[in-house]
Amino acid sequence: MSNLPWLFPDRVAQLENALASRILVLDGGMGTMLQGHQLDEEGYRGERFAEGFDAHNTHGENCACDLKGNNDLLTLTKPEIIQGVHAAYLAAGADLVETNTFNATRISQADYHLEHLVPELNRAGAALARAACDAASTPEKPRFVIGVLGPTSRTASISPDVNDPGYRNVSFQELVDNYTEAAGALIDGGADTIMVETIFDTLNAKAALFALSELFRARGGRMPVMISGTITDRSGRTLSGQTAEAFYYSVAHVDPISVGFNCALGADELRPHVQTLSSIALTYVSTHPNAGLPNAFGEYDETPEQMAATIGDFAREGLLNLVGGCCGTTPAHIKAIADAVAPCRPRMFEASQQAA
Amino acid sequence: MSTLRHTRLSGLEPLVITPDLLFVNVGERTNVTGSAQFRKLVKEGRYEEAVDVARQQVESGAQIIDVNMDEGLIDSEAAMTRFLNLIMSEPDIARVPVMVDSSKWTVIEAGLRCLQGKGIVNSISMKEGEETFLEHARLVRQYGAAVVVMAFDEVGQADTCERKVDISSRAYKLLTEKVGMPPEDIIFDPNIFAVATGIEEHNNYAVDFIEATRELKKRFPSCHVSGGVSNVSFALRGNNPVREAIHSVFLYHAIKAGMDMGIVNAGSLSIYDDLPEELRERVEDVVLNRRPDATDRLLEIADRYKGGKAEAVVETAAWREKPVRERLSHAMVHGIDQFVVEDTEEARQLSSRPLDVIEGPLMDGMNIVGDLFGAGKMFLPQVVKSARVMKKAVAHLIPFIEEEKLRTGDAGKNNGTIVMATVKGDVHDIGKNIVGVVLRCNNFEVIDLGVMVPVQKILDTAREVKADIIGLSGLITPSLEEMSQVAREMQRQGFELPLMIGGATTSRAHTALRIEPHYKATTVWVKDASRAVGVAQSLVSKELVDEFIAKVRSEYAEVRERHKERGTGKPLVPMSKARGQRFNGGWESYTPPAPRKAGITVLDNYDLAELVPYIDWGPFFNAWELAGRFPAILDDEIVGPQARELFADAKAMLDKIVSEKWLTARGVIGFWQASGVGDDVEVRGEDGKKLAMLRFLRQQVDKPADRPDFCLADFVAPKDTGVADWVGGFAVTSGHGIDEHVARFEADHDDYSSIMLKALADRLAEAFAERLHERVRREFWGYVPDETLDNESLVAEKYRGIRPAPGYPACPEHTEKATLFDLLDAPGNTGIELTEGFAMYPTAAVSGWYFSHPGSQYFVVGKLSREQVEDYARRKGWKREVAERWLAPYLDYDVD
Repeated sequence: MSNLPWLFPDRVAQLENALASRILVLDGGMGTMLQGHQLDEEGYRGERFAEGFDAHNTHGENCACDLKGNNDLLTLTKPEIIQGVHAAYLAAGADLVETNTFNATRISQADYHLEHLVPELNRAGAALARAACDAASTPEKPRFVIGVLGPTSRTASISPDVNDPGYRNVSFQELVDNYTEAAGALIDGGADTIMVETIFDTLNAKAALFALSELFRARGGRMPVMISGTITDRSGRTLSGQTAEAFYYSVAHVDPISVGFNCALGADELRPHVQTLSSIALTYVSTHPNAGLPNAFGEYDETPEQMAATIGDFAREGLLNLVGGCCGTTPAHIKAIADAVAPCRPRMFEASQQAA
Repeated sequence: MSTLRHTRLSGLEPLVITPDLLFVNVGERTNVTGSAQFRKLVKEGRYEEAVDVARQQVESGAQIIDVNMDEGLIDSEAAMTRFLNLIMSEPDIARVPVMVDSSKWTVIEAGLRCLQGKGIVNSISMKEGEETFLEHARLVRQYGAAVVVMAFDEVGQADTCERKVDISSRAYKLLTEKVGMPPEDIIFDPNIFAVATGIEEHNNYAVDFIEATRELKKRFPSCHVSGGVSNVSFALRGNNPVREAIHSVFLYHAIKAGMDMGIVNAGSLSIYDDLPEELRERVEDVVLNRRPDATDRLLEIADRYKGGKAEAVVETAAWREKPVRERLSHAMVHGIDQFVVEDTEEARQLSSRPLDVIEGPLMDGMNIVGDLFGAGKMFLPQVVKSARVMKKAVAHLIPFIEEEKLRTGDAGKNNGTIVMATVKGDVHDIGKNIVGVVLRCNNFEVIDLGVMVPVQKILDTAREVKADIIGLSGLITPSLEEMSQVAREMQRQGFELPLMIGGATTSRAHTALRIEPHYKATTVWVKDASRAVGVAQSLVSKELVDEFIAKVRSEYAEVRERHKERGTGKPLVPMSKARGQRFNGGWESYTPPAPRKAGITVLDNYDLAELVPYIDWGPFFNAWELAGRFPAILDDEIVGPQARELFADAKAMLDKIVSEKWLTARGVIGFWQASGVGDDVEVRGEDGKKLAMLRFLRQQVDKPADRPDFCLADFVAPKDTGVADWVGGFAVTSGHGIDEHVARFEADHDDYSSIMLKALADRLAEAFAERLHERVRREFWGYVPDETLDNESLVAEKYRGIRPAPGYPACPEHTEKATLFDLLDAPGNTGIELTEGFAMYPTAAVSGWYFSHPGSQYFVVGKLSREQVEDYARRKGWKREVAERWLAPYLDYDVD
């Protein structure tokens, strides 16, 4: 796959130049920002889904159901809100923004009987981010769209049935099909990179990466791939049991442009794992932690200053190439982080040294 | 860049193949083409046992496991998927990478779709041309695996050095240039073929492989060379000692040439240097093709090495010729104590200080033993034998060391001091003794306080000897509570020493939930003897301790978290529902049998010889941490040789126990009239007067209406039916007389024999209980006068009626043993006493109830609700807190 040309060589060159010269800033949480709008069921539905199903589709009222909570649907029903979030993060200093497509796969949309929307959600999600980035880009500070592939709600290497550890409720092939459909539309909508993120189960991610390889081959060109796993708790392992190091070795075969960790933990708790990656990865290292660990009410209360202080340390230690925020982070967090890392040099690694 | 990249594989944990690994062992036993046992398990769908085979391999040191399901009668794709999904759920197996092995691409692909880690594909080749080869290689890369490339092209499999190198080089070029495969992900398999076949063209096969390896490593230093080693000796199948010799000679030369990975049975490799001179030379002639008549000359002598004996004789002669230092090390590694005193004396005379002998040759030998054990290449019985050699040598040196100490005031150094004890109320010590031996082998000073040791004595001793660690052991469930008590006391008295917890009923979960929270310093659960050394060393090491403790703490915190989240598992049903679903004995149409002889029968000085055929050997091997079923374990590919040796030693000692009457077996049985009253059983004497109430516990499992929630009381006719019924009871021991022999062995520094004797006495007590139960069914109660079952059926419990023991799953509360002992006058009739924890002494003892109802069966009471515990307390006349203490492991709620 590494012998395929880039699909969009100019944009890749811009991204690589930026990565070589500074620590790039990712955006922050989408969910946190949407909560601020306090949308109700009607708000989620908009006109097209007023009856709880898609009026543009023949699936009909038998498929009607509550749509509140389907954040990815807001791309279609409240595009101005999503675009506003992108714009706020870009104004805060983000170099890259993530599309609002975390759950835009057939497996996840099946909960709302909206499987047929998957191509549309991804294409429109990428297009919104593309428009926001194009509006904010300058020659000195180009902005990039990260097309997001989420983990889905199923795990390919963990049994959901305690009585049968050999059972699986999703197959590798189903995941490949899901991801192929979503990723193709992300590319069509204008994504600059594809990020497989919040990886609980590395086998899900490997299916996504396999899908990307096949897709790139079919299109005769590849996109930069970003990978971000999730260390679920202080045991220091992914939900599927891998250590940070084992995780990296499992995904390194696609020559990702970056690898990192996000979600579940705050920056402090992620430090040892980011350190591990930083010492072994032959590519750029990213992290987008939560704003601390959730409090008793499930809220995140690490302030922008606290988070930026921790991440500033990471940057000074030379651990980072890309950094942003996940659950509980806001444009204020991203601004503080951007300011904190601005004076620091990006992490160097074997291949980058070779290139330099 | 000039530096080489290392191959980076992963399961749950990483495996980076660096040059200092020398040789990566790929476990070969989860392969249906290589292991008849594994093939059988897979064919019969016995996947749980198949998973155990994988576990055993990882435990015995396989760094990668090879999985192969290529067999005509198996749906290989389905079997590969099922098996890999199952082992992926076992963290102790899934931590290593998997080698997906098949000659069918579809099976390989099915396997790759189950692996979250980076594994290895075994194998692809150019057999079907470049196009297929490249397509497969591309997919291997997309799935994120490394790959074994077999030296096979359109013409055929490469047999000469030149073809092996040519084909492999062509494959390398294609893979790196056309597929972008990194060189470090390429593993060559240049084909290991059989030698000594009698066909002249085959004579150079091993040399061809070795020379091809050398050339390939020179050309492609980032790549690896692997192969299936057992192929080379295929011509000598049936003669395992010679096959193993061929493997070890072959590997010795192939590894020197650069072979750095191999599919092997790591457990059964002989050590090159250990091979008898003559055998090694003739094998080497064959492997290196040094003379035309090499095969004939090997076959000439091969039969002499076939059995164990000839080998031993040849070997003995050879090692006795070596210098004393090597003789000591050899004796240690092979557990031979025959010459140890004279060798030790010779070594002492050659040393300037007696301590030098310990710190020099003896510790060297023990280090080898420790390493082999740690790597899974040696098993527990061998280690205990090695320790016996060490102890005898040390015993010989001690007077000289004392004398020197008096002169110089200098004492030796050790790794640390550990105070160990079986806790108050418990008398079981086999496991603890084994742990003690293993720790001593690793240069820990072990102060063993024995059994039934009160808290304060443990703590006082620890202070007095400035212990580094305290270790607690116990077998019966009340000991769990006692261990929590020790932890609380350690906290209260301001101890900061690490506490190690072990014993059959202990667990990580219990330690995390019930012991660790009481003690602020470190508490670590130790699974078995093989882990004890690692744990103890981590605890005393300045470099390791912090990280180790942090890891343990976070593990236990996680266990507690999970326990909390899991809540109480499946909810228990209320007592009214459980009792409503009692077992129905069909009393209206069933007449319980009357015993032929009611009241007490004493069986004193029972004939041991009669008991021997009734021994269940399975638990005996477990006691020695050899995993597997009897008798299959004797032919096990990994532990088989050890199991056979242990079995032979056991039978030899058993003969002496019987013929020299080392032990005396005493037993008592009794039958009484009885009626069920709720969950109790009322027991009456021949005069109809009430003798006792037996208190039982009931399952509270949510089951369908047609499946009962059992209670032992259900197996006795309820009082209100008016049906006459009986229960029985028994207590047997084979432990009288054991102390004298144990003392004799211990005085002789022979832990091996002492542990062996205790384990055998336990087995004899169980056999006694089994034999007596049979006689009860046939004679004393006599409800199946013509029963004929062999021992296997007995072990499988295929008879009518049961003999549950208080403290075991069907009646888990230990204090009921007191009622049983009163009814039987067990102390008077058999000399068995109960400790305050209601353990039996002598330890080799079994007691229990007899039930005769055809529907009676063993079951597990399981978890108890507060409602049942309160009810039980009321029946026993206890406060609830007392009941909660005795039932602590079974409570379904947290005690407030």
